[in-house]
Amino acid sequence: MLARFTQQQFDRRGFLRVSFAAASGLFVSLYLNGSSIEAMAQEGGQPPAKVYPPDAFVNIRPDGKIVIQVNRLEFGQGVQTSLPMLLADEMDADWSNVIAELAPAADIYKDPMFGIQMVGGSGSIAHSYQQYRELGAKTRAMLLAAAAERWSITPDKARTENSVVYGPDGKSATYAQLASDAARKPVPATVRLKNPTELRLVGKKTKRLDSRPKCDGSMKFGLDLDLPGMKVAVVAHPPVFGARVKSVADNEARAIEGVRDVFEIPLAKGTGVAVVADKFWPAKQARSRLKIDWDLAAVEKADSSELWTKYRQLARTPGNVALTQGDAKALDQVAAPNKIVAEYEFPFLPHAPMEPLNTTIRFDGDRAEVWAGSQFQTVDQIAVAEVLGLKPDQVIFHTEMAGGGFGRRAVGDSHIQREAAAIAKRLRGTPVKLVWSREDDVQGGYYRPMHLHRVEVGIGPDGLPLAWRHMIVGQSITAGTAFENFTVKNGVDSTMTEGVADTHYKIPNFHVAVHHPKVNVPVLWWRSVGHTHTAFVMETLIDELATRAKADPIAYRRKLLKPEAKKLHSVLDLLEKASASWRNSLPRGHALGVSSHESFGTGVACAVDVSIENKRPKIHRATIAVDCGLAVNPLSVESQFQAGVGFGMSQLMAKGAITLKNGVVEQRNFDGYVPPYIIDAPMAVDVHIVPSTEAPTGCGEPPVPVISPAVVNALARLTGKRYRTLPLVSI
Amino acid sequence: MPTYQLNINGERREVTVDSSTPLLWVLREDLKMTGTKFGCGISACGACTVHLAGIATRSCIVPISHVGDRPIVTIEGIGQDAVGRAVQDAWVEKDVVQCGYCQSGQIMAAVALLKHTPKPTEKNIEESMGGNICRCATYPRIREAIKSAAAQIK
Repeated sequence: MLARFTQQQFDRRGFLRVSFAAASGLFVSLYLNGSSIEAMAQEGGQPPAKVYPPDAFVNIRPDGKIVIQVNRLEFGQGVQTSLPMLLADEMDADWSNVIAELAPAADIYKDPMFGIQMVGGSGSIAHSYQQYRELGAKTRAMLLAAAAERWSITPDKARTENSVVYGPDGKSATYAQLASDAARKPVPATVRLKNPTELRLVGKKTKRLDSRPKCDGSMKFGLDLDLPGMKVAVVAHPPVFGARVKSVADNEARAIEGVRDVFEIPLAKGTGVAVVADKFWPAKQARSRLKIDWDLAAVEKADSSELWTKYRQLARTPGNVALTQGDAKALDQVAAPNKIVAEYEFPFLPHAPMEPLNTTIRFDGDRAEVWAGSQFQTVDQIAVAEVLGLKPDQVIFHTEMAGGGFGRRAVGDSHIQREAAAIAKRLRGTPVKLVWSREDDVQGGYYRPMHLHRVEVGIGPDGLPLAWRHMIVGQSITAGTAFENFTVKNGVDSTMTEGVADTHYKIPNFHVAVHHPKVNVPVLWWRSVGHTHTAFVMETLIDELATRAKADPIAYRRKLLKPEAKKLHSVLDLLEKASASWRNSLPRGHALGVSSHESFGTGVACAVDVSIENKRPKIHRATIAVDCGLAVNPLSVESQFQAGVGFGMSQLMAKGAITLKNGVVEQRNFDGYVPPYIIDAPMAVDVHIVPSTEAPTGCGEPPVPVISPAVVNALARLTGKRYRTLPLVSI
Repeated sequence: MPTYQLNINGERREVTVDSSTPLLWVLREDLKMTGTKFGCGISACGACTVHLAGIATRSCIVPISHVGDRPIVTIEGIGQDAVGRAVQDAWVEKDVVQCGYCQSGQIMAAVALLKHTPKPTEKNIEESMGGNICRCATYPRIREAIKSAAAQIK
């Protein structure tokens, strides 16, 4: 594995390192077998300094396989295919021989915009688009230079196609044959990138590279890791966030065969009791037999119903101003019949990725090795180092394939890695896999915060909003984290107001303010972050306004949008065409629901055909229009939207909430918190992409915000009711 | 600890484990067959679905002592079966997977469906697949892939 090289070895090689297999193939076999550079030097007689270590992004093997490093986690979003497509296209690589690997933590793999290695903010393609194209183009230039030298021609006399360089007089050489020579060529400082007509892979529907192993059981996720001598740990967490262990009786737990150790560990907040066993089952059995006396006196016991009362009161007091434009008094001059006053409630939401959270660590005193499906490698690597008293570059951090995440694997306090490190510290020399059970996950916090929106809208004589006063109450996700400097200004966390304060609708007199109460419940971004709730509020209110104005929901939105909201205009135009065949000819008992929203730079419009079956919304079809700039892999864009809207339905599930009573989370598993099953998701989703050569924007998060408002807008047409409280317990 | 003789994917395997150990954990930890996934432990998500005597079964709640001599088929072995292979191929052809973690269970449920109902309706699909959670919500393509596999199977 790549990560056997230390971080310094990566770092001192600068940003772009393209190196190639030595002609002997020795280096390559070692690369595959995971031996050390030193071993290779002894066997092959090549001094390490002259050998190119596995390059940071591209490795051409003698068998013609091209191994491309992916600088971020793959957890479903498809970057393990789309990023290599960018590189391979510019490189003119034979796609059928491309292998993608998830890169370990290293400076070289940091997100070019965020400055840490991470997945978030739908930034993978948006931020690494140029980077991966340039890497491919530079690699190609070096291969061309090697061929030109071999044939004593200038590079412009040769051309490349499918991993072969073709020269004059029928000469040709494969990339594999040229690799070692190319590795000695200087990395060009600048390269010309292909113009859109020259692209062969980018923009073409391309199937995922990781499909087959995910269909035959051979893909190894973090939880599947098995190392010699490995132990499995589970942790008893406090029943109330941040509580500490007073005392623990562990006799019964230790009596279970296979249990190796039971001990108290510090948590990110409070303390817990770790149980280490040979396998998961005895560990879990033992944990259930611990008798722990918790000190609950010192911790605040959050309670959902009390919090709603408090939030409702707060919403009626002035908060921190996020935006104020126009006349603040305009609203008061609108007569009551022309006003809408609406209060919305959104509960805590767990991410509940299918693969339960886990991390494996082996601590060897002066170094450690970590295996984790992390969205935040840099942050987690530093946290492990801190707990183990190491420097970050003494922590080798492997990125494991992850079974979903939706934000849950991007945690500022790295609480999972800290927990695992605290256990590994005690088990020095022994690899230990920390496993969170589903109960740990559902009850473990780091939820999308609960929010209350109170909105007063004054409608003008033209049926358009004249004045709009909008208050949002909810915990700040980023206050107190490293992100605070970027996201919190004047006491306003922009991750809570995004989608409202930056709306593309024309609202002449507009006032947005927030309250950020402090609550003893850890909170976190949930796929599409603030847009999870802001799009719901905006798009249901706009729909209500359109209905009152007796206007077509698409036409009303277009009228209200600023002319410069180009992406939203283009998706509404496309949606109108794409849904024309069914939108206005629905069967009896069905209704149309429409929404549109821009998030993370991507414009989305959505139309759904909904009926009510068994007292639940049945979504017969969804038509989606997307403007994400250039669609690097249209098949992947389609996938993200087809399924992402199903994920978005989480918000409308009858049991789609986390609630607390006297500090304790009331749900335990998928019986109490129920995410969408097949009957809850749209039966069919057709995705239409606006043709574009603009820089690509993200597609991981933008599907989520549009679906729940579109569905309740349809329900409103069926029942005449407006739905402002989530989850949707009843219709 | 008792010893159990198991028939898994047509092979005899022997394990010595506590009798309460769920089949899921015997597969994953004793036999190192990690294709079958842990999702919830309460038979609510279907990630752990295997075939026990041909019936789609949640292996997370079946104690090893209850398995007896019933043959077990897992995701690692389902490709040896013509229906199993057709479903796996349809899954790849339709590019169904995203994170992929639930897909072993989805595929096992789909194979069980098609073995009993070769030409399933949407309703059949909803009923048979109705207990399997895909958190990525790849459901529309799961439907497509099942219909595509059904068309392929003679």
